[in-house]
Amino acid sequence: MSRPPLEIGAYEANDGYQSLHTIAAGMSAADVLETIKSSGLKGRGGAGFPTGLKWSFVPQGESSPQQKYLVVNADEMEPGTFKDRLLMEGDPHLLLEGMIISAYTIGASKAYIFLRGEYHGSVKTLTKAIAEAYDKGYLGNNILGTGFHLDIILHTSAGRYICGEETALLNALEGKRANPRAKPPFPQVSGLWGKPTIVNNVETLCNLPGIITYGIDWYQGLGVGADAGTKMFGVSGRVKNPGVWEMPLGVTIRELLEDKAGGLQDGLGLKAFLPGGGSTDFMLPEHLDLALDYDEISQKGGSRLATGTMIVLDDQTCPVGMIGNLMKFFAHESCGFCTPCRDGLPWVDTIFRDFEAGRGSEKDLNILKEQVDYMGPGRTFCALAPGATAPLGSGLRYFEDDFKEHIKQKRCTFKD
Amino acid sequence: MSSQVIASTKNRARVLTEAEISEIEHEKTLYPDNQAVGLEALKIVQNHQGWVSDESLLAIAEYLDLSVADLEGVATFFNLIYRQPVGKHVILYCDSVSCWICRGDDVRNYLSDKLNIDYGQTTEDNEFTLIPVPCLGDCNNAPVMMVGQDLHRNLTKAGIDEIIGQYRNKSA
Repeated sequence: MSRPPLEIGAYEANDGYQSLHTIAAGMSAADVLETIKSSGLKGRGGAGFPTGLKWSFVPQGESSPQQKYLVVNADEMEPGTFKDRLLMEGDPHLLLEGMIISAYTIGASKAYIFLRGEYHGSVKTLTKAIAEAYDKGYLGNNILGTGFHLDIILHTSAGRYICGEETALLNALEGKRANPRAKPPFPQVSGLWGKPTIVNNVETLCNLPGIITYGIDWYQGLGVGADAGTKMFGVSGRVKNPGVWEMPLGVTIRELLEDKAGGLQDGLGLKAFLPGGGSTDFMLPEHLDLALDYDEISQKGGSRLATGTMIVLDDQTCPVGMIGNLMKFFAHESCGFCTPCRDGLPWVDTIFRDFEAGRGSEKDLNILKEQVDYMGPGRTFCALAPGATAPLGSGLRYFEDDFKEHIKQKRCTFKD
Repeated sequence: MSSQVIASTKNRARVLTEAEISEIEHEKTLYPDNQAVGLEALKIVQNHQGWVSDESLLAIAEYLDLSVADLEGVATFFNLIYRQPVGKHVILYCDSVSCWICRGDDVRNYLSDKLNIDYGQTTEDNEFTLIPVPCLGDCNNAPVMMVGQDLHRNLTKAGIDEIIGQYRNKSA
């Protein structure tokens, strides 16, 4: 971070917490729900599910469980993803304001922030911000005279990538092994300790204050394409100026990679890139003029926008090695619950180690292709292994020549 | 059931310190049941003791009336709970994709050679333990690693010499 976060007075002076005054002036929970639904906000954690629709599944009314929970997924662990930490360390009050809006809408009196255990900097900024918000009456009892009360508890995780999966996260928060749960029931109906629960990503919540304060038209006007609002976009890899930027949804990939990230470092060319973290399909230089919005990336790019943090593969780095690194990660992070993932990923990982050591064969290539199918969507208990098949399947298609050279020359062809 | 298991191993449980108990009691106010507090207690004890020994695990299970087997299942699931002793400074080295692309492996090998330890090992002088960690979320500064609670960015071999030197000096 190039600067410390704003303390609460400065945040308020810049329209901070204004949305809560707007709500206190006469917006019911149903009004807020309708506003967020109409805004077109989609979840920024990876899946891109409409936020308002997700909230609408929480049972309301007298007969519904009185205790409901909001849980913030701040367990940023997707390889190559570094956007939520920036928000929490640079603008923690924005997250808290978003949480209060979300909790008010679904009727949650308790909210947990499930934070990555390694994010010590975020612990400091969030702890300070939470205390400030209590002091100012934005948290606690009868917030701004609305009769609504909310407590926020900062929970630091003890690790494991699988905790990013929302039902695994709930198990971890309950102090259990973080195996994903069967769905249905969905967390909106039966989540944390069996109570209705909404799990929202950090960035998603950070979108809420602006929508309430400045309105739907303003929000939708921010996007330059089909999707509403802005998104945090990142670029990592061997580019001139790696970083993360808030940009309108719908700008082109080229604008992000070339204008913001400055293009590849001198002497390197673009071979391919993962558009939104380690669980997305590779895309190629021919895709650079596609718009960074949810539909265009999936329909025309064959991948997913997901976290919006791009990982760049240059032409002097081995694609087989890069996929091998990802497969090692996924194999290590499998929770071990279902067979295709627990046994498939280590098998794939072993094959990649063989390729690295010059022992790869045509037969191995066929096994890898089979595993893409066996671990694909619908074959496993959760989305971890299908996520792994995204770079694996697309990599086998796009970099077949590189795999074959490894087999032919019995070595990694990118090493001397 | 759990009380029987604990009874048979009770003599092995160590006594929790006052500080540990007070922090565990605080966590009890934040969660509705002891199972959730169990994982927090593991973190608290580790924070004080450096790691979670069998004796510590048994003490937590006894204090919170949790099944020892369940708590052990939880303790061994999460990578930031250490069930073996670690050195004074735990180095979490990012081995994920962006750091790999930025040649993090070369720096890691250099570090490993310099400390004469591989992943999962502790230096003879008990100063450093080296552990791989998934993406630390600082990919624009790859390669990165965390020593204790400090993030070190844009790692180079020369930088490693300097960083390790700093921690050795702190200890000296």
